Amino acid sequence: MYRYDQYDHQMLADRVAQFRDQTSRFLDGKLSSAEFLPLRLQNGLYIQRLAPMLRIAIPYGMLSSVQMRKLAFIADHFDKGYGHLTTRQNIQFNWPALADVPDILAHLAEVEMHAIQTSGNCIRNTTTDQFAGVSADEVEDARAYCEIIRQWSTFHPEFAFLPRKFKIAVCGTRQDQAATQVHDIGLYLLKNDKGEIGFRVLVGGGLGRTPVIGSEINSFLPQEHLLSYLDAILRVYNREGRRDNKYKARIKILVKETGVNEFREKVETEWKVLKDGPLTLTQDEVERCRAFFHDPAYKTLPADSATLEAALNKDVLFASWYEQNIAAHKKQGYAIVTICVKKTGFAPGDLDSDQMRFIADIADRYSFGEMRITHTQNLVLADVEKDQLYDLWQSLKTHDLEADNLGLLSDMICCPGGDFCSLANAKSIPIAEAIQRRFSYPQLREIGQLSLNISGCMNACGHHHVGNIGILGVDKKGEEYYQISLGGSADNHTALGKIVGPSFSQDEVPDVIEKIVQVYQQHRDAGENFLAAYNRIGMDPFKEALYGNKADDKQAD
Amino acid sequence: METRQMTNKLIKDGAAQPDSWYLQSSGLTAESLPALDGMDIIVPLAFWLAQKSAIQSRKGNTGVWLDSHELPAALADDIHAIPVIALNFPEFKDGRSFSTARELRQRMGYQGEVRAIGDVLRDQLFFMRRCGFNAFVLRDDQDMDAALAAFNDFHDAYQPAIDQPLPLFRRRQ
Ligand code: SF4
Repeated sequence: MYRYDQYDHQMLADRVAQFRDQTSRFLDGKLSSAEFLPLRLQNGLYIQRLAPMLRIAIPYGMLSSVQMRKLAFIADHFDKGYGHLTTRQNIQFNWPALADVPDILAHLAEVEMHAIQTSGNCIRNTTTDQFAGVSADEVEDARAYCEIIRQWSTFHPEFAFLPRKFKIAVCGTRQDQAATQVHDIGLYLLKNDKGEIGFRVLVGGGLGRTPVIGSEINSFLPQEHLLSYLDAILRVYNREGRRDNKYKARIKILVKETGVNEFREKVETEWKVLKDGPLTLTQDEVERCRAFFHDPAYKTLPADSATLEAALNKDVLFASWYEQNIAAHKKQGYAIVTICVKKTGFAPGDLDSDQMRFIADIADRYSFGEMRITHTQNLVLADVEKDQLYDLWQSLKTHDLEADNLGLLSDMICCPGGDFCSLANAKSIPIAEAIQRRFSYPQLREIGQLSLNISGCMNACGHHHVGNIGILGVDKKGEEYYQISLGGSADNHTALGKIVGPSFSQDEVPDVIEKIVQVYQQHRDAGENFLAAYNRIGMDPFKEALYGNKADDKQAD
Repeated sequence: METRQMTNKLIKDGAAQPDSWYLQSSGLTAESLPALDGMDIIVPLAFWLAQKSAIQSRKGNTGVWLDSHELPAALADDIHAIPVIALNFPEFKDGRSFSTARELRQRMGYQGEVRAIGDVLRDQLFFMRRCGFNAFVLRDDQDMDAALAAFNDFHDAYQPAIDQPLPLFRRRQ
């Protein structure tokens, strides 16, 4: 993975000193809350319902075992011993004290980590597919480009006070697992027929109050122009994005109101000034960044492992985990392991410090000391020898990390919701748990691949719009209610879910999910997953099951 | 509205300096212009566009200021004759003037003074300078020494900008 040189280290040291000074001026009353607000947000610090929350960047999800141990240390020394993985491939701590944050940042800097631009109206952590570099079906490894974008966006002097937050995703795998189309800018890596690398550029996607799928403004942007083109898009957005209404300030609204063609022209006009200028990527820089993501020292292994076969035959629980949580690796004899952090009874995406240290240890032992965070709030060990999978699985059991529900209904994306977040309309973690408890494991397996995403409010941190089933917390006269949508998807054929009808109370939600699943089970063709069945049969059978003929009398929310 | 002099807290080219310019509000009218003879004034964009000939013939230097939503393209024809262009920050969170400054320097090749006015705070100065501002009229409550120190917040930067035309990736050793 990327390693810092003296420039990167200096940049981080300067940042820590700057924030230390800002924090002490705030605590001394020399800096108002309003003026401190964007400064602390751009260092990942929120003031939450119960305490500050610190969101630490994990650039494009890559984490080393050394870094993971540092996170465990922070959890123990500055928090209540746990952290929460987020849909932006970051980690959040819910209990740090404000005065400690500069020290926490100094600790992070020791291991080349930070909380820069993890919040605020600026360019956020660039995300990518968690299988970048190891996927069997990859156009090009996206991580080098993510790092190039990370550096360009870090402390970008022109874009620190945008109309609203700005998220970029890069996808180099053929099976998009990065929800690329619902980002402010989505970049798909491509190779043209001459073998040259470029990007298909989508702009104006996003979730939140007004979910939109991004529109293409460039079908092939040669890689050397990546940064000048991004600069041009951001300049148009910074100048023209709406600042009169927070809910209309994302670039998706600007693109809609301007029209895609006119927006493209504006970008082209700006780009003319920047194109072929100093931001043009050099081959040296691309190679330098790529070199950080070269293959580790893989062994030459046979394609099949007798050890693995034997274990699969003798241990059905292991076989079930294997079937669910393992993906094909590009290198013969290796496997990609996803550790599903969604065990029933544990808040989705939460890790305690023992688990963090443990995962760091097994990453050292089994996967070249590196791991990845997924936007579905799970962890990946990307390079595990097939021979060692059974050993790995057995050790995962010692730390409650053997959940074999990856991709199943219980592998939910769930935001922190009303238990932690001051913006929430409703709780989300107890909803997740009630649903998990409703289904037995054999039932979950029988239901098969189904994504269920929960957000505690319109901000959609839980990506509810793109869950096959989406649950959104709403406020109904002061009561917590839940609106259900169906048919969302975050892959290459991204779709936004449609609301089924009037919302439900907390107690009703598990029944509702069960009924939805039953409709699917009654109607599905052989081998048809939930989304495919929904797309074929449509909304009506689900409506019928949930509301009968009452649907007409109730007002949709 | 009255004429306001920016004598208090001007930083220019990295040092605290006395200020000779008087900022005119959007209430300025052609009739009040003669009363300002002999003074260096900065007038609103609309006034500047409407009163070019009166401005040319007046005694004293005349600069122009743009609010954050105003675009510099309107200045294109005679931009190089303007000694000072001031860009307003109605509130510090309004980041449009960062882009305007870069447009002035980068696209329009403006070499004169680009001055930050309005809600100009210590914690934004470093980025302002990078975008091409070289003069800063601090908000009254800002501490001058702290503000001067802000230009040293970072030793280096990743991106090219007006203060450093090359990105770090072209300079790394
Ligand atoms: S979706 Fe709403 S409730 Fe959930 S974390 Fe985001 S802002 Fe908070």
